[in-house]
Amino acid sequence: MASSAGISFAQAAQKEQKKAELVSVQVEGQVILKIAKHCREHASGSSVVTGQLLGLDVGQTLEVTDCFPFPGNVGDEEAETSNEGEGYQLEMMRCLREVNVDNNMVGWYQSTVSGSYQVVEIIETFVNYLENLDRCICMVYDTLAAASGGLGLKAVRLTEAFVKAFREGTLTVEKVRTSNLSWQSIFQEIPITVHNTPLAVALAAAITPVAHLSARDAARLTLASAPVLERNVEFLNDCLDDNTTRRTAGEEMLGEEPPEGMFKPPPEPSALDGMLLLKQMTSYCDAVGSTSAQAIQRLVIAEGLQRRP
Amino acid sequence: MVAPLTLPLGFTESTVQVHPVVLFTICDAYIRRNQGQKRVIGTLLGTVSDGIIDVRSCYAVPHSENNDQVALDVQHHQTMAALQQKVNPREQIVGWFSTHAEVSGSDALIQSFYANECASPALLTVDTSLRDGALAVRAHASRALSIQGRELAREFQEVACRITSTDLEQLGTDLLATEETRLGAQEEEEEVVEALHRLRAALSTAAAYVDAVVAGKTPGNVAVGRALADAVAAVPRFPAHEFEEALSSSQNDVLLTLYFSNLIRAHVALADKLGTMQLPLI
Repeated sequence: MASSAGISFAQAAQKEQKKAELVSVQVEGQVILKIAKHCREHASGSSVVTGQLLGLDVGQTLEVTDCFPFPGNVGDEEAETSNEGEGYQLEMMRCLREVNVDNNMVGWYQSTVSGSYQVVEIIETFVNYLENLDRCICMVYDTLAAASGGLGLKAVRLTEAFVKAFREGTLTVEKVRTSNLSWQSIFQEIPITVHNTPLAVALAAAITPVAHLSARDAARLTLASAPVLERNVEFLNDCLDDNTTRRTAGEEMLGEEPPEGMFKPPPEPSALDGMLLLKQMTSYCDAVGSTSAQAIQRLVIAEGLQRRP
Repeated sequence: MVAPLTLPLGFTESTVQVHPVVLFTICDAYIRRNQGQKRVIGTLLGTVSDGIIDVRSCYAVPHSENNDQVALDVQHHQTMAALQQKVNPREQIVGWFSTHAEVSGSDALIQSFYANECASPALLTVDTSLRDGALAVRAHASRALSIQGRELAREFQEVACRITSTDLEQLGTDLLATEETRLGAQEEEEEVVEALHRLRAALSTAAAYVDAVVAGKTPGNVAVGRALADAVAAVPRFPAHEFEEALSSSQNDVLLTLYFSNLIRAHVALADKLGTMQLPLI
């Protein structure tokens, strides 16, 4: 009897899920600690590390209650056989289920430097996940922002309109226009709520040092903002270079246009790369904007301190 | 012939250092324990150097207990150990944890099991029952009393246990100390101002302490004095004009970068209006 009730409850939950729009992601404090540890220790330079997010899909909220890291950096994953990666994932999920950890995938996390995660690969991963999951999120941990005193954690997903258009085939400029898409409508950021169990709160109270100033405050007050700015400008430069090479390539292609009727016209290139580049550039500009605002604030503070007799 | 009695030489490792993520994982595992299960135990992973056991991660291991009997799911333990190795080869098994505040008789059996897994396992007890009104975290080491290589008894002794705070500080302690926090509610600029307020509070605390010591009201503490001297010595001394120069050049750098990024933003807006996916001018 209990089991039949359970099934009907699950079905009811399923029905509700279809209707409810995802409005927030609730993350357990320990998950943030685990993601931060993995990304800080293993992501260096431009290498990206990833991991699995586990939790529950509850109506409007996606609860992320645990996570585990995937071995290796994204670059070497190709060297590894995909079978081994899958075996790792299954074994890990089985072990975690034995100790009553929520056993549902709700997405994945990955490290990033500023907005550089916004590439075709993340879209492909999303679409792969969406084959098996109704909805999933990607939590990105920005190591650059984290190093300068921010939290650097974001939850993103693809908009439904974009997934629909992407599944239909190559995104031509024409299609982007007709389906009313733009670079702003690829990703959607979902607000994050951090949740802690009462026991975790008790633990935090017991182990939090009674210090006026934390390491994070020191990172926020440092005058050395140049590295963060430099990195973002480098990224911007790369985007611009990419744009220039593409345009020259486009112009050359126009020059060599074959006489009509002789050849089939070449397939129109996907507009996706362009859109992603615009999206990336905007992220870098945002990062530069907020970093420089803070940098100027701190410089003014430093000036004020120095002036005092 | 009297069998030679091997007396323990002592505790080889003296300090256990625990990262907060380990303790949060243990608390979560305790909340997720089976119904009727009294405690949760599991394996600690980390590194050992210079007599410090650095506990960096952990995982729970299913077990069953009956009076003095204890059965550990060795298969689970070994599978997890192998999986963790793939992600983090640097982290080795360094001991185990239990959510009982007290060390009990059956713990010696588990300790013997872990003694086969690593040289001198540490036992970390986390009092999830909050018996003393706080969540006490203690570390123990053990030594074996053996005759002719046969272990007769095992003795636990509490060792120093330190909890690192950098991981917590980097996240912001308030994030873990409240049941629910919404991220991004606070502007980054405000956070700088708050950090500045905390800096000022810390400086006035230090100044008040120094004044009190100078006036003879408080006995001076050598360690605090050294730390303060180091802090003061770390501040570089610039002639005023050099400082002005450095300041204005940094300011110019920042402003130029800001201008550059705004220029690109303008181009992106223009590309939007034109409906092309490429920047029109750059």
